[in-house]
Amino acid sequence: MEPKKQKAVLENVPEEKDFKENLDQGLYADDIDIFQINLCKKCNLSCKHCHVQASPQNDRIMPKKYLQKCLDILKFYPIDTVDITGGSPEMHPNLEWFLNELSQMDLNIMVRSNLVILLEEDYAHFIDVYTDNQVELVASLPGYNQEKVDRLRGEGVFDSSIEVLQLLNQKGFGKEDTDFTLDLVYNPAGSYLPGSQQALEREFKEQLNSKYGIVFDNLFSLINSPVGKFLNYLVKSDNYKNYMHELINSYNEETLQNVMCRNTVSVGWDGTLYDCDFNQMLNLPINNSHNHLSQFDYEALQNRRIEIGNHCYSCTAGGGSSCQGSLEE
Amino acid sequence: MSDYYESKDLDNFPNIAEFAEEEGNKFFDYYEEATAGNELSDRVIALIGLSVAHVNKCPYCIDAFTNKCLSLGISKDEMMEAVHVGSAITAGAINAHSTQMLKILEDKEM
Repeated sequence: MEPKKQKAVLENVPEEKDFKENLDQGLYADDIDIFQINLCKKCNLSCKHCHVQASPQNDRIMPKKYLQKCLDILKFYPIDTVDITGGSPEMHPNLEWFLNELSQMDLNIMVRSNLVILLEEDYAHFIDVYTDNQVELVASLPGYNQEKVDRLRGEGVFDSSIEVLQLLNQKGFGKEDTDFTLDLVYNPAGSYLPGSQQALEREFKEQLNSKYGIVFDNLFSLINSPVGKFLNYLVKSDNYKNYMHELINSYNEETLQNVMCRNTVSVGWDGTLYDCDFNQMLNLPINNSHNHLSQFDYEALQNRRIEIGNHCYSCTAGGGSSCQGSLEE
Repeated sequence: MSDYYESKDLDNFPNIAEFAEEEGNKFFDYYEEATAGNELSDRVIALIGLSVAHVNKCPYCIDAFTNKCLSLGISKDEMMEAVHVGSAITAGAINAHSTQMLKILEDKEM
């Protein structure tokens, strides 16, 4: 579904309160702590729930001149964390160079990996690249059983994910006595909200350790945002109305203090700047003249007004949701 | 009264205290405490809830606890197993009551 069509669907929440009605004064950023960069839309998988609509056929990748611009910005401004995502970031031809450059700076470097690409011959060396650059690895694993993961991500993906997690553990990722952080990302495999992150983390740790000897640091539990392929699924399966009702019923005003858009800038593959990854997928750039890497203005972006819509209910439901998991401790 | 058992009825569940506030609030306090997971894990509580929901044939509770189980990553196999446990125990309770029948038969028959 094209962004324009997605926005039209999201504007339609009959008998419900529009998200904007919750915020008379709007929502504003209060800093830039996280610089999230979407390197490419290319991915070796075609997961059913992907909000980015990444796939092996999607060839859009960030030009190297924009990567250089990101480095210049990160060198100059007091931003703590760079969060690299995709598609599959490993499929960007300049990822290794980019990580080597980033590791020269005082930054927390996060890379979001689908894991299974690290078994492919052309990409297996990235395990060492991640170790050398002390990258915090954030890996997708929407379940601890084969049936669910393969249903969402493709046949054989669960077994391959387990193999890579075991390799990462051997390298020290996820182990308590090392500096190599390994986080897992869980999101529901259908039209329902995730349970408590704490309970899910406990269960994932127990199941993965007892069955496969795998350890990891944190589980980030994410609420599926009604954008991209997931929105398509909701509409086609006739779940859209009920899912939006569940999100809207779970709206929690307190989460507005910590929603990720307030301290994040999300960079698209073409250098356009967004308030978050979901706005990126809906083609809703930051609403001021500094919405491209080439016009980056730290002060102007620091307190910008955030573009909001009904998809924002997915970050403000229950305990809240962000790319770093639940907003509740 | 147009329809029985509509899923939107669940939205009205918090209003059951409307005409009996004290009793209703005590029920909600009790419900919250009993399902808070002091010793049991969230998944065990969800599976017990799912099983009891089926035993009582409550469509609202089945909806709520199926979603609860899904949200905690509980597999379909585990959920169905919980339903069978409830079903078997219910069948066991019925069959165990036949001992009453047998006792009476023994008393009454020549």
